[in-house]
Amino acid sequence: MSFRGEVRDWLAVHVPDRPLPSVDTAAGFDRHRAWERELAAARLAVVSWPARYGGRDATLADWLVFEEEYHAARAPARVGQNGLFLLAPTLFAHGTAEQRDRLLPRMARADDVWAQAWSEPGAGSDLAAIRARGTPVPGGWRLSGTKTWSSRAAFADRAFGLFRTDPGAGRHGGLSYLMFDLRAPGVTVRPIRQLSGETGFAEIFLDDVFVPDADVIGAPGDGWRVAMSTAGHERGLTLRSPGRFLAAAGRLVELWQRRGDPADTALRDRVADAWIGARAYQLRCQATAERADAGGPGDGGPGAEASLGKVFWSELDLALHETALDLLGPEAELRDEDDWADGYLFALAGPIYAGTNEIQRTVIAQRLLGLPR
Amino acid sequence: MTAARSPEQEQFAAALHDLLSGPVPAGRAAGLARWRDLARLGVTALVIPESRGGLGASPLDLVVAAEELGHHALPGPVAESLAAVPRLLAALPGPEAAQWQHGLAAGDLLATLALPPRLPYAADADAAGLVLLAEHDTLWLAEPGPARRSVDPARSLSGVRGQRVLARGPEVADAVRDALRLGALASAAQLLGAGRALLEASVGHARTRVQFGQPVGAFQAVQHRLADIAIGLEFARPLLDAAAQALAQGRPEAARDVSAAKVACADAASRAARAALQVHGAIGYTAEHDLHRWLTKVRALIPAWGTQAQHRAEVMAALTGAGQPAAAWT
Repeated sequence: MSFRGEVRDWLAVHVPDRPLPSVDTAAGFDRHRAWERELAAARLAVVSWPARYGGRDATLADWLVFEEEYHAARAPARVGQNGLFLLAPTLFAHGTAEQRDRLLPRMARADDVWAQAWSEPGAGSDLAAIRARGTPVPGGWRLSGTKTWSSRAAFADRAFGLFRTDPGAGRHGGLSYLMFDLRAPGVTVRPIRQLSGETGFAEIFLDDVFVPDADVIGAPGDGWRVAMSTAGHERGLTLRSPGRFLAAAGRLVELWQRRGDPADTALRDRVADAWIGARAYQLRCQATAERADAGGPGDGGPGAEASLGKVFWSELDLALHETALDLLGPEAELRDEDDWADGYLFALAGPIYAGTNEIQRTVIAQRLLGLPR
Repeated sequence: MTAARSPEQEQFAAALHDLLSGPVPAGRAAGLARWRDLARLGVTALVIPESRGGLGASPLDLVVAAEELGHHALPGPVAESLAAVPRLLAALPGPEAAQWQHGLAAGDLLATLALPPRLPYAADADAAGLVLLAEHDTLWLAEPGPARRSVDPARSLSGVRGQRVLARGPEVADAVRDALRLGALASAAQLLGAGRALLEASVGHARTRVQFGQPVGAFQAVQHRLADIAIGLEFARPLLDAAAQALAQGRPEAARDVSAAKVACADAASRAARAALQVHGAIGYTAEHDLHRWLTKVRALIPAWGTQAQHRAEVMAALTGAGQPAAAWT
C-alpha cells in the first residue's frame, strides 16, 4: 500500500469522531498528549525523522503527503509542535549526538512537550534586545529574567530560548541557546488568556534557574546564529504545511456550493482566489521539499526565502477564513458553526508570530531584493 | 509531481535573455525585427510538430520562452503566433497548412487570430502575414479590418472578417479549445515575465535614486511595497509551471490550472506595474523612460485570452463540478 494510503486508512480509524477539547485547556492538553502517543505508536508522529528517534526516514515530500492527509482528516492539533517543528530541526543541525539521543525519542512520544521562549516584554520584533540572563556557574548556567508569549507554556514540560550569557559581547554576540525545565525550582509560569478565550501562551518568570551545560545547543555565545539558521523552519513549510490551507480551501469551496449565492460573483471570486492561493502554496512547498530532498537548499536555509512564504501563508489563512465568515452571513459569529470562527481567531495571530509580517517584508527587501539596510 | 524546470529549460531562458538584452532598439518596428532572432533559437518553432519543420516542444518550453519575451516586453503577437495559431494549424491537413507551419517555424511568417467572443480582435494583424478567425468548430482565413490603437503603443488590435473556410468539424472544435488554453498559458507567462522586469527595474531605481539624502529604497514604505510584489510573483510561478505540466500530460484539471495561472500572473503583474510606476515617480510616467513599455503591455495583456472574471469563473466551475467548465469558446 502507498504511504498516502496507509496514512489515510490509519487516520480514518483513529481520528476521534468528536473534536478533542481545546489543546489550550488542562484537560484538552492531556487528551492531545495521549493522541500524540497514539501517533507515535503507529510511527506517524515524526515520519521525516530517522528511525532511531521514532521516525521513518521519510522524505520531506512524503511528509507533505502526511500533512495533507492529516489536515484533510481533521485530526487533532499537534500539541508537540514547538518541539517537533522548531527545536528538533535545531537539534539536527546544531545539537550533539547525546542531546539528540536523550531528547528526540521523548519528544516524539510527547513524554516531553516543549514550549518556545523567544519573546520578552522588551524584545518582540526586536528579538536581539533580549535581556534574560544566563550566568555561568560550575557545571552550567543560572537563568534569570522574563519570557513572554510562550506558546503552550501554560501546560508544557520544558522550554527553549535565547539568553544573554555575555552582556559585553554586543547585541547579537553573547546570546546562548538554552533549554530548561518548566517545573524547575525558580520557574513561575503565568498563563495568559488570549482573545479567543484560551490560554494558548504564558509568561515565564525565571529566578536563578539552574541549567546544566548539557542543555546548551551549539557553543555558548553562538545562540543567535544557531537560532537564525533554523528560523526558516518556524516561518516556512515545517510550521505551516500546505495541508492546513488545502483542507480549509476544500471546505470553503464546499461551503460555497452549499450556501453561496450564485449571483454574488464578488464573493465567488474571493473563494476562487483563496483556493488558488492554497494551491500556489502547495506547489511551492512541493518544489521546496523536492529541492531539499535532493540535497539542495530547503526552506530552513538562510531564512530569507522562508520569509516570502510566511507572509503569504499568514495572509492566505486570514483570507480563507474571512471569506468563509462572509459566506456564512449572520451565523458567522457562532463559535460552534463549523469551526470557522475559531479558525479565524487562530488565523489572526499568523501575521504576528514567528516574526511579524513587517519584519519579514524587511528581510525580503534587504536580503532577497538587495535594497539598502 | 511538481513542475521544476530542467537545466536545459533554464539554459534556454538564459540564452533568450542574452539575445534580447543589450542596447534596446526603440519602437515597435525594431522589436518586430527581433522575431528573426527568435527563430534562430527555435522559439517560433516550439509548438509546431517536428513533421512540419518544428520542434514539437512541451507547453513548459513555451512558458519558459513566453516568460522571457514578456521579461523584455518584446512587441508582436506572442501568444497568437507562438502558441494558438500553431495549435490550430495542427488540425489542418493539406499543403497550405504545412507551408504556413514551415514559415512560422523558420521565422518568415508572423500569425495572429481572432477567437470571438473571448478574443474579439486579432492582435498585431497589421504586422502579421497570416490572420485566422476561429469560431466554435470553424476555422477561417480572415481579412483584418483597420488596425486600432492599443493602450500598449507597441501593439494593435483589428476586427476580422472570415474570407474562406479552412476547416470545420469536431477536430477544429478540439483545436480551438486547446488553442484557448495554450494562448492563455502563454499570455500568463508573458505577464509573469513583465512583472519580474517591473520589479527588477523598481529595485534598480530605488537603489540609486537619492532623496532626503538616501536611496529611496532605504525607506520602509518602498521596501515593504516591493516585498509584496516579490511575494506575488514568487507564488504565481508555481501555478504557471503546474498548468503547463497539466496541459503537457493532458490532465482533466488542465483548464482549471491554466485559469488559476492566468489569474495569479495577471494579478501579480498588475500590482507590480502599479508599484513600479509609484517607485519611479514622474520619470516613470514619461515616454522617454523605458518603464512604460512594460506598464502598458501588462495593462493590454490582463484582459487578453480571458478576463480575470472569466478565469475565476472557470476555476470555480471546475472545482464545483458545474458541468463542463464554461464552453471552451466563450
